[in-house]
Amino acid sequence: MSKSKFSFNFRKITESRLFFPLVALGLILLFDLIAVPGFFRISTREGNLYGNLIDIARNASTVSLLAIGMTLVIATGGVDLSVGAIMAISASVAAILMNPYVLATELPPHIMKFMSDPNFTYQPLWIVILATLIVATICGLWNGLLVAYGKIQCMVATLILMIAGRGIAQLITNGVRIQIFYEPYAFIGQGWIIILPFSLYLVAIVFVLAWLLTRRTAIGMFIESVGTNARSSFFSGIDEKRVKLLAYTFCGFCAGIAGLVASSNIKTSDAFNLGVAKELDAILAVVIGGTMMSGGRFSLLASIVGAWVIQAITTSMYAVGVPAFALQAIKAVVVILVVLLYSEQVRNFVQKISARKEA
Amino acid sequence: MSDADYVVEMERITKAFPGVQALSNVHFSLRRGEIHAIVGENGAGKSTLVKILTGVEKQDAGTIRLDGKVVMVRSPLHAQELGISTVYQEINLCPNLSVAENIMIGREPKRLGGIHWKAMNAHAREFLLQRLSIDIDVTQKLATYPVAIQQMVAIARALEISSARILILDEPTSSLDVNETAQLFQVMRKLKGEGVAIIFITHFLDQVYEISDRITVLRNGTLVGTFEASDISRLELIAKMIGRSLTELDEMSGIKLESRKHIKDTALVQAEDLGLTGVMEPFDLELHAGEVLGIAGLLGSGRTEIAHLLFGIEKPDSGTLKMAGAVVEHFSPLASIGRGVALCPEDRKEAGIIDDLTVRENIILALQANRGWFRYLSTQQQYELADRYIKLLNIATPSADQSVKNLSGGNQQKVILARWLATNPQVLILDEPTRGIDVGAKAEIQKLVLSLAEEGKSCVFISSELDEVLRTSHRIMVLRDRAKVTEFSGEVDQQRIMQAMAGSEV
Repeated sequence: MSKSKFSFNFRKITESRLFFPLVALGLILLFDLIAVPGFFRISTREGNLYGNLIDIARNASTVSLLAIGMTLVIATGGVDLSVGAIMAISASVAAILMNPYVLATELPPHIMKFMSDPNFTYQPLWIVILATLIVATICGLWNGLLVAYGKIQCMVATLILMIAGRGIAQLITNGVRIQIFYEPYAFIGQGWIIILPFSLYLVAIVFVLAWLLTRRTAIGMFIESVGTNARSSFFSGIDEKRVKLLAYTFCGFCAGIAGLVASSNIKTSDAFNLGVAKELDAILAVVIGGTMMSGGRFSLLASIVGAWVIQAITTSMYAVGVPAFALQAIKAVVVILVVLLYSEQVRNFVQKISARKEA
Repeated sequence: MSDADYVVEMERITKAFPGVQALSNVHFSLRRGEIHAIVGENGAGKSTLVKILTGVEKQDAGTIRLDGKVVMVRSPLHAQELGISTVYQEINLCPNLSVAENIMIGREPKRLGGIHWKAMNAHAREFLLQRLSIDIDVTQKLATYPVAIQQMVAIARALEISSARILILDEPTSSLDVNETAQLFQVMRKLKGEGVAIIFITHFLDQVYEISDRITVLRNGTLVGTFEASDISRLELIAKMIGRSLTELDEMSGIKLESRKHIKDTALVQAEDLGLTGVMEPFDLELHAGEVLGIAGLLGSGRTEIAHLLFGIEKPDSGTLKMAGAVVEHFSPLASIGRGVALCPEDRKEAGIIDDLTVRENIILALQANRGWFRYLSTQQQYELADRYIKLLNIATPSADQSVKNLSGGNQQKVILARWLATNPQVLILDEPTRGIDVGAKAEIQKLVLSLAEEGKSCVFISSELDEVLRTSHRIMVLRDRAKVTEFSGEVDQQRIMQAMAGSEV
């Protein structure tokens, strides 16, 4: 009797979307507790917190931002492969607005001296950020138009921008890799406010924004409805196209912010290398967060935990001395484990075995 | 008991899906060299029966005997090994491969480790000529041939795979024209002559009579009976399919007579020559406030198509539709909801419920869609609505937060009904609202329809059970072959309705 009661409660806990990602994160941290002495040490410098845990959250902020937008797209039953390229476009736009002189072949000396001045920017920072986000949002809108109104398969539609995007990013900077010297811009990715990195606040703000947008309006329910059964949703009067358009557009917006953070981190706009393969990390974070690739129910918070899981793996592997080149392989093993964990067949199999044992 | 004449004997076959009793205690037997039609409305259990025979589904109870020996059909592959082949409704071949490749794929003759093309083509051509008497260039791509030939190729493939003794044709004629159908029937007769037993599933009764030796009728998962085709009239057959005995007198319920008084002169819906090419012939329809219009017709007669046109699922290409006197210009479900029209669709799984969402979310969905993205119903309002309809319709669910997929079929149907009642519609279109739900719930829904009519709302009631249509409707429109045939009002003679549905005098 008591056993069945326990298993009932256990079931309720496991049904929560946060359960599996948190378990995964817990397992990785448990591994660190045993294998890496001092992994959890947190120190303060100039009133700010430093340590592995802070690093994990901070380094995960780019993927967290992408994962928030990606969650909505995947929940509609789609996927956005272009977020990495949108990051590169955003970085180029931001860089060129701060310092358009890099495009010139010859510059008068009075301008030359501004080139590496940490206080110089051509446009004020707020215009830089606003324009960048507008461009990124337009990129997302483009994806949304292709998928929702052009009826192109999401993989193919977003592949277009994934490939073309890096070309566009190069066109904007005329193929030049621009170093960013303007100091206030670096604050986006590297600054600290009240003991925590600024990028964590950014993630929190975007998360709250997305949460309000989806859970305080009917949009979240419509996204889940369209992702679960598009035909039934159509019969119920839901405009599938508009829902999808919104999801992809918001995803582009998130990628824009991620682009700002990433380029500010390395103080460079690099059309070739910025955000490469980040779309895959974002998708993985969403999957770890328990949102089905086929669409339907989603949890924004679980996706962010998913991003932490990915970063925790990376940080932990470095901490135990796994070389960088072996990291991808280890990540792959973790991905396989996660996917197996979510697979219905495997779950049924496990249930069958446990049922047999009870019988 | 097992007669040597029977190739297949299925006894006491029972199968339940979550929430639905698909088959209960069904007997079915197939003689050597006969063409045996299985008929019945949607959800009667035709396809489930076939799926059990072909190993796609496993029966919960009952036995299958092949040539008198009890067998357990484990999988479709196993069924093929046993000599049972199926040609499905949609032709599942590869249009970009050649005819020969389609027939021989997976079993190509080999030479020197590669495919012996010449032998394969020769064999395929020979096979088509010998078994089906058709002579075509088998090296051409399948897609270059008309649908009828493609259908033949599918049959040839089915025969080639297992030298089938039992051939199942699931709606093979639905995409064929008259000549092509005749061609198919020739092939069927030829195969029959060779001793192949054929199960023929169709909803075209003409064809049933033209080709079959015996007819099995299923209704709601139970066997109504198996008849010699020559012994049963078309009218009797329809009566058996829709569950109405000819002698039974119609009992008009008191409520209905009472509610007739409430019908007003104002027409809420007026359709003139409304139609869509290839989907529905132009028809006229008028629906008054407080009226229940029943639509009677067999499967495929256009009854669902009418519902779709009225609700804006499909845009008509002829005629006009007026709602409350105003000409309708925008055809979409959302626009229809705005006009106070609601449609409870026929296909609950595909077009009705949203599996992963809760009962509460499913109930508020259409109302919220009408309110738009930002005027979100508060949590409190949502629970109030959900709880009200859970109570009103007796929906059996542990709570409003239960996933709707965990509910039984009947309760899912009530959730969808609740979704539409929540929008407070003026015109409620119900397409098969009582399919797959128990008798008590059926009566509740019928009563609900009449009480809505009393409140001055109008209803279009579509059902494959004539009983129901008669009991609830003030006026009945009869459809056949995607066209309106006639309309009955006042005291209705069911015999005449059935004649109109069948399209022939008996």
